[in-house]
Amino acid sequence: MTDIAATAQQLAEVIRRYQADYIEARLEESQTSHITYRGRELESIGRAVAAGGNIRALVKGGWGFVSFDSFDELPGKVELAIKQAQFVGNEVSQLAAVEPVVDSVPAGIDRNPVTIPLAEKKGLLDEYNDIIWRTPKVQTSVIGYSDSFKKVILVSSLGSNVEQAKADTSLRVNIVATDGSEVQQSGISIGSRGNFDEVQGLHRQVEETAQRAVELLAAPQAKGGEYTVVLDPILAGVFVHEAFGHLSESDFVYENDRLKEVMVLGKTFGDEALNIVDTAAIPGMRGSYRYDDEGVPATRTYLIREGKLVGRLHSRETAARMNEEPTGNARAINYRHPPIVRMTNTFIEPDKASFEDIIGDIKEGIYARNWYGGTTSMEMFTFSAGEAYMIRNGKVAELLRPVVLTGNVFTTLMNIDAIGNDLEMNQGGGCGKGGQVPLPVSNGSPHIRIRQCLIGGR
Amino acid sequence: MDEILAQASKVADAAEVFMVTTDETQVQFETNRLKHIQSKQSISLALRISREGKTGYATTTQPGGGQELVDMAVETARFGTPVKFEFPPAGTYPAVEVFDPVVEKVPLETMVEVGEKLIATVTSHTPEIICEGAVARATMSVHIINSRGGEVSYRKSIFSLGIEGSLIRGTDMLFVGDGESSCQPVLSADNVTRAVLQQLEWARDQAPVPTAELPVLFTPNGAASALIAPLMAAFNGKTVLEGASPIGKKMGEMVFDRKLWLWDDPTVSYRPASRPGDDEGVPSQRTPLIEQGTVAHFLYDLQTAALAGTRSTGNGGRNRGLPAPTPSAFIIAPGSTTLDDMVGDIKEGLVIEQLMGASQGNVLGGDFSGNVLLGYKVENGKIVGRVKDTMVSGNIYQVLKEIAAIGSDARWVGGFLQTPPIYCPRVSVASK
Repeated sequence: MTDIAATAQQLAEVIRRYQADYIEARLEESQTSHITYRGRELESIGRAVAAGGNIRALVKGGWGFVSFDSFDELPGKVELAIKQAQFVGNEVSQLAAVEPVVDSVPAGIDRNPVTIPLAEKKGLLDEYNDIIWRTPKVQTSVIGYSDSFKKVILVSSLGSNVEQAKADTSLRVNIVATDGSEVQQSGISIGSRGNFDEVQGLHRQVEETAQRAVELLAAPQAKGGEYTVVLDPILAGVFVHEAFGHLSESDFVYENDRLKEVMVLGKTFGDEALNIVDTAAIPGMRGSYRYDDEGVPATRTYLIREGKLVGRLHSRETAARMNEEPTGNARAINYRHPPIVRMTNTFIEPDKASFEDIIGDIKEGIYARNWYGGTTSMEMFTFSAGEAYMIRNGKVAELLRPVVLTGNVFTTLMNIDAIGNDLEMNQGGGCGKGGQVPLPVSNGSPHIRIRQCLIGGR
Repeated sequence: MDEILAQASKVADAAEVFMVTTDETQVQFETNRLKHIQSKQSISLALRISREGKTGYATTTQPGGGQELVDMAVETARFGTPVKFEFPPAGTYPAVEVFDPVVEKVPLETMVEVGEKLIATVTSHTPEIICEGAVARATMSVHIINSRGGEVSYRKSIFSLGIEGSLIRGTDMLFVGDGESSCQPVLSADNVTRAVLQQLEWARDQAPVPTAELPVLFTPNGAASALIAPLMAAFNGKTVLEGASPIGKKMGEMVFDRKLWLWDDPTVSYRPASRPGDDEGVPSQRTPLIEQGTVAHFLYDLQTAALAGTRSTGNGGRNRGLPAPTPSAFIIAPGSTTLDDMVGDIKEGLVIEQLMGASQGNVLGGDFSGNVLLGYKVENGKIVGRVKDTMVSGNIYQVLKEIAAIGSDARWVGGFLQTPPIYCPRVSVASK
């Protein structure tokens, strides 16, 4: 296998010989393993290794990008990226000034999850599967475990040379129950920064998930319409990521004058109790890192402070073009893609309300927990709860079929009128943007209450 | 490849090597102007073995790392699923045209021109619109060999173009977009332009919507975003084998409206989803799935077919990991009603162009529920404007059981689906 460290040094030399406003090379080698159960049977178990890299060049505001698996003829690839950038460029390149960084960042884990014997991983999944299949009316289930360990080296014409190791583990469990022609499902999604311990010991949670899938068969469907809705920390985390977080990504905003007007700093987006933060700088979360994929140090960015828009997420280019500070949010899912502006660990800061305070005065509402997924079109969002309950006279009442919540981001943020004191971060799932999915992120929130939220139903 | 197969054959009872190399060039437009050019060259090599009756599997991007690949496959074979099938021997494949040598020769200048013209036409119609677009050409070569002497190899070319426009007025945002792809160069953006301009025309005004059951007309894009994911899950042989498909035991039964015909077809010339054989080397075939509303067949790969006691339909696809039943392209037969006639028939209802997040719910059970990202209100047979803050929900086993009409104009959507508009008499609509 190619030694990417040696190749990176060669490339650092090659880059110096060429003229462009900016050139970087990012090399990566990774190993992964996965185990999938479908129903009672193991469906797939596999190992993979990958190595490759890319060259990105900027000339007069135009970008060229060449990605490759073969390390042959590297100078030719640098030339191609520059030629492409020259073809596009016809203005002035702008990149926020940053100090060159030379550093090496270890993965920060005790053991590489990929090298844990497959027998140990399989044994754990077998235990979970036994629990699932002890539950009556379970028709099928999918358990997907995967882990990865990768080393990424960035060298740039700025003089940066950053090597970062990253590990990731994720576990998804989806359980399907049937009764006649009724089909219902329930799931769990857990992720961690390569710490295998985090996916162990979930036996109780797996059992509850299986039971819930069965209970849903007899649950009624919510009637579509507007409700007061309480979101649990997981779903509220998805909400803050989907509904607001993506709007804070400056690549949507920086050349769009109308969107700039919508997202003008200082504008009120919510109640004074609302604070939203994105930060990769807290260690150990799935969205954490020391440097982003342009070699910019991670920061802690307040997006909303006391209800007002105060910041947004930047790459070096968007920061320069908006005349703001870079935030270290340029991320690429792997070497086949250029870095784009992404979230990291995004959350609503806790306030004072207890759960009882939040639901106490709701006569009829919906308590939505957990998630299937979510998506956004900037103004409108839609996300689905994995579980939902009616709230009646201040108490959590009957279980409902999973609900889909939707609304206008701006109105919905304004309609948040209670924020709990119980912040929790969700490490499951991954974020998709520009064909780069699933990028490890985390998101979180305390319980929140939203007035007049639209619920789909029949 | 031959070397890896030979190495693997020493330690395995049977082996298969799958290799795909891709070379893609894409020009990308941001904020109505050219911004990026990207080239992506990739190699993917997968080794599948049968060892002591169990499956082993490993992949790499480095063809030189043959021994490591074999070692990893052997390691996983200790735990792998029992192999229930044999790799296909040497055979004959249908002639499916998927390579046009002209594609890789289309100059960057031409690709830029096509994109610029597309954006210029859209922005001259609606000057405030901000467009992102891409024009891409790719060639790939696929090669599969196995220890039973089976071998298939083919080249494929793909050319695609797409545009997304956003129109922002205060906090009101409108998103329009369309795309087209083919194995031959798409040097005219006329189809895409026409679709986008039509969307802009229909979305010019806003119209209120009641919370009610209403007639809903799904355009090809609308059908793709709302109705297709549940169908793909239901006709997957694996879902059927597990007993999780709502139609798994209904072969030969009329589950859908008798106007509905659906098949999976990887043999249509110059379609990006077409190929002479699947990712396991099984020859491609056209598989009927719904005939006159009746469940006709399900989709299988080799292993699932063996477990189900049937034959592979040539739908072994590799997305991530081992081959699994995967649709190639779903094709819904056109009907005889024009779009105008269908719209004209609606007293009060919706036309859905894009349902956002529709497949987040219980897809397996047939549910769809999403926010209308792009859709129009119909009053007295006329489109009167765009709808907002509206959710459309339903279950395909109810909605496709009674179809008012199927349109006469079928369109390809996203390379994986060809469908006409589908007009459903009663769908649940919730609005603010």
